[in-house]
Amino acid sequence: MNLQTELKNNIVIIYVNEERLDAHNSGELKAEVQKMFEQGQKNMLIDLKDVRFIDSSGLGALVSGFKNAISHQGNLKLSTLQSQVRSMFELTRLHRVFEIFPSTAEAIETF
Amino acid sequence: MEKNEIEVDIKVPNQTRYLSLIGRIGEDIAKELVRFTGDRETLAYHLNLVLTEAMANAIKHATSEDSDNMVHIIINICENELTIKVFDSGQGFDINIIPPPNFEELEDRGRGIFMIKSLMDSVSYRKMCDGNILEMKKKLQ
Repeated sequence: MNLQTELKNNIVIIYVNEERLDAHNSGELKAEVQKMFEQGQKNMLIDLKDVRFIDSSGLGALVSGFKNAISHQGNLKLSTLQSQVRSMFELTRLHRVFEIFPSTAEAIETF
Repeated sequence: MEKNEIEVDIKVPNQTRYLSLIGRIGEDIAKELVRFTGDRETLAYHLNLVLTEAMANAIKHATSEDSDNMVHIIINICENELTIKVFDSGQGFDINIIPPPNFEELEDRGRGIFMIKSLMDSVSYRKMCDGNILEMKKKLQ
Protein backbone atom coordinates (compact mmCIF):
# COMPACT_ATOMS: atom_id res chain seq x y z
CA MET A 1 0.00 0.00 0.00
CA ASN A 2 1.27 3.44 -0.89
CA LEU A 3 1.13 5.63 2.23
CA GLN A 4 3.10 8.86 2.52
CA THR A 5 3.67 10.28 5.99
CA GLU A 6 4.57 13.85 6.91
CA LEU A 7 5.04 15.54 10.29
CA LYS A 8 3.83 19.14 10.40
CA ASN A 9 3.18 21.27 13.52
CA ASN A 10 3.35 18.06 15.57
CA ILE A 11 0.60 16.53 13.46
CA VAL A 12 1.15 13.30 11.58
CA ILE A 13 -0.39 13.58 8.13
CA ILE A 14 -0.93 10.30 6.30
CA TYR A 15 -1.59 10.66 2.58
CA VAL A 16 -3.31 7.53 1.25
CA ASN A 17 -1.89 7.42 -2.28
CA GLU A 18 -4.27 4.74 -3.49
CA GLU A 19 -7.30 4.82 -5.76
CA ARG A 20 -9.07 2.23 -3.60
CA LEU A 21 -9.25 1.69 0.16
CA ASP A 22 -10.81 -1.75 0.42
CA ALA A 23 -10.59 -5.23 1.98
CA HIS A 24 -7.33 -5.81 0.12
CA ASN A 25 -5.29 -2.94 1.53
CA SER A 26 -7.15 -1.37 4.48
CA GLY A 27 -5.43 -3.66 6.99
CA GLU A 28 -2.12 -1.92 6.24
CA LEU A 29 -3.57 1.53 6.95
CA LYS A 30 -5.13 0.22 10.16
CA ALA A 31 -1.78 -1.22 11.31
CA GLU A 32 0.14 1.96 10.40
CA VAL A 33 -2.26 4.19 12.35
CA GLN A 34 -2.15 1.87 15.35
CA LYS A 35 1.66 1.86 15.28
CA MET A 36 1.82 5.68 15.21
CA PHE A 37 -0.45 6.06 18.25
CA GLU A 38 1.46 3.36 20.13
CA GLN A 39 4.69 5.26 19.40
CA GLY A 40 3.22 8.27 21.19
CA GLN A 41 1.80 10.40 18.39
CA LYS A 42 -1.31 12.27 19.52
CA ASN A 43 -2.58 14.14 16.48
CA MET A 44 -3.23 12.49 13.16
CA LEU A 45 -4.75 13.65 9.91
CA ILE A 46 -5.57 11.20 7.13
CA ASP A 47 -5.74 12.78 3.68
CA LEU A 48 -7.97 10.84 1.26
CA LYS A 49 -7.52 13.07 -1.80
CA ASP A 50 -6.45 10.21 -4.08
CA VAL A 51 -9.03 7.72 -2.80
CA ARG A 52 -11.81 7.35 -5.35
CA PHE A 53 -13.38 4.24 -3.79
CA ILE A 54 -13.91 3.04 -0.22
CA ASP A 55 -15.72 -0.08 1.01
CA SER A 56 -16.84 -1.25 4.46
CA SER A 57 -13.34 -2.55 5.26
CA GLY A 58 -11.81 0.83 4.42
CA LEU A 59 -14.37 2.57 6.62
CA GLY A 60 -13.67 -0.02 9.33
CA ALA A 61 -9.92 0.74 9.24
CA LEU A 62 -10.66 4.45 9.77
CA VAL A 63 -13.07 3.65 12.62
CA SER A 64 -10.35 1.50 14.19
CA GLY A 65 -7.94 4.43 13.92
CA PHE A 66 -10.49 6.77 15.47
CA LYS A 67 -10.93 4.41 18.43
CA ASN A 68 -7.15 4.14 18.76
CA ALA A 69 -6.93 7.92 18.93
CA ILE A 70 -9.51 8.04 21.72
CA SER A 71 -7.79 5.33 23.72
CA HIS A 72 -4.47 7.23 23.47
CA GLN A 73 -6.10 10.62 24.30
CA GLY A 74 -5.35 11.74 20.75
CA ASN A 75 -7.18 13.01 17.67
CA LEU A 76 -7.78 11.56 14.25
CA LYS A 77 -9.31 13.75 11.56
CA LEU A 78 -9.94 13.36 7.84
CA SER A 79 -9.51 15.68 4.88
CA THR A 80 -10.14 16.01 1.16
CA LEU A 81 -12.82 13.38 0.58
CA GLN A 82 -14.04 12.83 -2.98
CA SER A 83 -17.82 13.13 -3.28
CA GLN A 84 -18.58 9.42 -3.75
CA VAL A 85 -16.35 8.54 -0.80
CA ARG A 86 -18.11 11.14 1.34
CA SER A 87 -21.46 9.62 0.36
CA MET A 88 -20.33 6.31 1.91
CA PHE A 89 -19.62 8.12 5.19
CA GLU A 90 -23.12 9.57 5.00
CA LEU A 91 -24.72 6.20 4.19
CA THR A 92 -23.12 4.66 7.28
CA ARG A 93 -23.62 7.84 9.42
CA LEU A 94 -19.86 8.03 9.98
CA HIS A 95 -19.83 11.68 8.84
CA ARG A 96 -21.27 12.39 12.30
CA VAL A 97 -18.33 10.63 13.96
CA PHE A 98 -15.31 12.01 12.11
CA GLU A 99 -14.24 15.61 11.78
CA ILE A 100 -13.95 15.97 8.00
CA PHE A 101 -12.31 18.98 6.33
CA PRO A 102 -12.30 20.10 2.70
CA SER A 103 -8.52 20.59 2.67
CA THR A 104 -5.44 19.46 4.57
CA ALA A 105 -4.51 23.10 5.35
CA GLU A 106 -7.91 23.78 6.94
CA ALA A 107 -7.73 20.56 8.97
CA ILE A 108 -4.26 21.40 10.34
CA GLU A 109 -5.58 24.70 11.74
CA THR A 110 -8.05 22.84 13.97
CA PHE A 111 -5.65 20.73 16.02
CA MET B 1 -30.75 -15.02 -24.34
CA GLU B 2 -33.38 -12.34 -24.75
CA LYS B 3 -32.89 -9.26 -26.85
CA ASN B 4 -31.02 -6.46 -25.05
CA GLU B 5 -29.76 -8.85 -22.41
CA ILE B 6 -26.23 -8.63 -21.07
CA GLU B 7 -24.76 -11.50 -19.08
CA VAL B 8 -21.25 -11.53 -17.67
CA ASP B 9 -20.07 -14.77 -16.07
CA ILE B 10 -16.77 -14.46 -14.20
CA LYS B 11 -14.60 -16.71 -12.10
CA VAL B 12 -11.63 -15.24 -10.27
CA PRO B 13 -9.34 -16.66 -7.56
CA ASN B 14 -10.77 -16.04 -4.09
CA GLN B 15 -8.12 -13.46 -3.20
CA THR B 16 -8.72 -9.85 -2.24
CA ARG B 17 -6.27 -8.61 -4.89
CA TYR B 18 -8.99 -9.32 -7.47
CA LEU B 19 -11.58 -7.08 -5.77
CA SER B 20 -10.57 -4.10 -7.90
CA LEU B 21 -10.94 -6.12 -11.11
CA ILE B 22 -14.47 -7.20 -10.20
CA GLY B 23 -15.40 -3.69 -9.07
CA ARG B 24 -14.12 -2.22 -12.33
CA ILE B 25 -16.23 -4.63 -14.36
CA GLY B 26 -19.29 -3.36 -12.43
CA GLU B 27 -18.32 0.24 -13.22
CA ASP B 28 -17.82 -0.52 -16.91
CA ILE B 29 -21.22 -2.21 -17.14
CA ALA B 30 -22.89 0.85 -15.57
CA LYS B 31 -21.27 3.03 -18.22
CA GLU B 32 -22.50 0.80 -21.05
CA LEU B 33 -26.22 0.67 -20.15
CA VAL B 34 -27.83 2.30 -23.14
CA ARG B 35 -31.29 2.87 -21.68
CA PHE B 36 -30.27 3.99 -18.18
CA THR B 37 -31.20 7.64 -17.68
CA GLY B 38 -30.14 8.13 -14.04
CA ASP B 39 -26.82 9.25 -12.55
CA ARG B 40 -24.36 6.95 -14.27
CA GLU B 41 -21.36 7.83 -12.09
CA THR B 42 -23.29 7.03 -8.93
CA LEU B 43 -24.60 3.76 -10.38
CA ALA B 44 -21.02 2.86 -11.37
CA TYR B 45 -19.81 3.45 -7.82
CA HIS B 46 -22.70 1.48 -6.35
CA LEU B 47 -22.07 -1.54 -8.61
CA ASN B 48 -18.37 -1.37 -7.79
CA LEU B 49 -19.26 -1.32 -4.09
CA VAL B 50 -21.83 -4.14 -4.01
CA LEU B 51 -19.56 -6.39 -6.11
CA THR B 52 -16.58 -5.60 -3.88
CA GLU B 53 -18.59 -6.27 -0.71
CA ALA B 54 -20.16 -9.46 -2.06
CA MET B 55 -16.87 -10.86 -3.27
CA ALA B 56 -15.07 -9.99 -0.01
CA ASN B 57 -17.94 -11.76 1.78
CA ALA B 58 -17.52 -14.86 -0.41
CA ILE B 59 -13.75 -14.90 0.26
CA LYS B 60 -14.37 -14.58 4.00
CA HIS B 61 -16.83 -17.49 4.03
CA ALA B 62 -14.93 -19.83 1.70
CA THR B 63 -13.84 -23.09 3.26
CA SER B 64 -10.33 -24.54 3.14
CA GLU B 65 -11.58 -27.54 1.17
CA ASP B 66 -13.09 -25.18 -1.40
CA SER B 67 -12.82 -27.23 -4.58
CA ASP B 68 -11.24 -24.75 -6.95
CA ASN B 69 -10.59 -21.70 -4.75
CA MET B 70 -12.50 -19.51 -7.14
CA VAL B 71 -15.28 -16.98 -6.65
CA HIS B 72 -18.05 -17.26 -9.22
CA ILE B 73 -20.05 -14.16 -10.13
CA ILE B 74 -22.83 -13.72 -12.67
CA ILE B 75 -24.06 -10.25 -13.62
CA ASN B 76 -27.22 -10.10 -15.72
CA ILE B 77 -29.12 -7.14 -17.10
CA CYS B 78 -32.44 -7.95 -18.69
CA GLU B 79 -34.97 -5.28 -19.60
CA ASN B 80 -34.56 -2.80 -16.74
CA GLU B 81 -33.46 -5.21 -14.06
CA LEU B 82 -29.91 -5.85 -12.91
CA THR B 83 -29.21 -9.12 -11.09
CA ILE B 84 -25.90 -10.03 -9.48
CA LYS B 85 -25.30 -13.57 -8.19
CA VAL B 86 -22.24 -14.41 -6.11
CA PHE B 87 -21.59 -18.05 -5.27
CA ASP B 88 -19.57 -19.22 -2.28
CA SER B 89 -18.80 -22.66 -0.94
CA GLY B 90 -18.69 -21.79 2.75
CA GLN B 91 -21.01 -22.75 5.59
CA GLY B 92 -23.23 -19.75 4.96
CA PHE B 93 -25.21 -17.54 7.32
CA ASP B 94 -28.73 -16.22 7.76
CA ILE B 95 -28.79 -12.80 6.15
CA ASN B 96 -32.12 -11.97 7.78
CA ILE B 97 -30.75 -12.10 11.32
CA ILE B 98 -27.79 -9.80 10.65
CA PRO B 99 -28.73 -6.60 12.46
CA PRO B 100 -28.15 -3.19 10.92
CA PRO B 101 -25.09 -1.43 12.34
CA ASN B 102 -25.60 0.24 15.69
CA PHE B 103 -24.90 3.85 14.71
CA GLU B 104 -24.34 4.82 18.34
CA GLU B 105 -21.53 2.32 18.82
CA LEU B 106 -18.33 2.39 16.81
CA GLU B 107 -17.59 -1.07 15.48
CA ASP B 108 -14.77 -1.80 13.02
CA ARG B 109 -16.92 -4.33 11.17
CA GLY B 110 -20.51 -5.12 10.25
CA ARG B 111 -21.35 -2.50 7.61
CA GLY B 112 -20.95 -4.56 4.40
CA ILE B 113 -24.35 -6.26 4.25
CA PHE B 114 -26.02 -3.04 5.41
CA MET B 115 -24.39 -1.15 2.52
CA ILE B 116 -25.46 -3.80 -0.01
CA LYS B 117 -29.04 -3.77 1.30
CA SER B 118 -29.10 0.03 1.20
CA LEU B 119 -27.99 0.24 -2.43
CA MET B 120 -29.92 -2.68 -3.96
CA ASP B 121 -33.70 -3.22 -4.16
CA SER B 122 -33.62 -6.82 -2.94
CA VAL B 123 -30.98 -9.07 -1.42
CA SER B 124 -31.24 -12.77 -0.61
CA TYR B 125 -28.74 -15.35 0.57
CA ARG B 126 -29.67 -19.00 0.36
CA LYS B 127 -28.22 -22.48 0.41
CA MET B 128 -27.63 -24.43 -2.77
CA CYS B 129 -26.55 -28.04 -3.20
CA ASP B 130 -22.84 -27.32 -2.82
CA GLY B 131 -22.67 -23.86 -1.30
CA ASN B 132 -24.57 -20.60 -1.10
CA ILE B 133 -25.74 -17.87 -3.40
CA LEU B 134 -25.99 -14.18 -2.64
CA GLU B 135 -28.48 -12.65 -5.07
CA MET B 136 -28.92 -8.91 -5.42
CA LYS B 137 -31.43 -7.15 -7.66
CA LYS B 138 -31.89 -3.55 -8.72
CA LYS B 139 -34.33 -1.85 -11.05
CA LEU B 140 -32.59 0.46 -13.47
CA GLN B 141 -34.46 3.57 -14.56
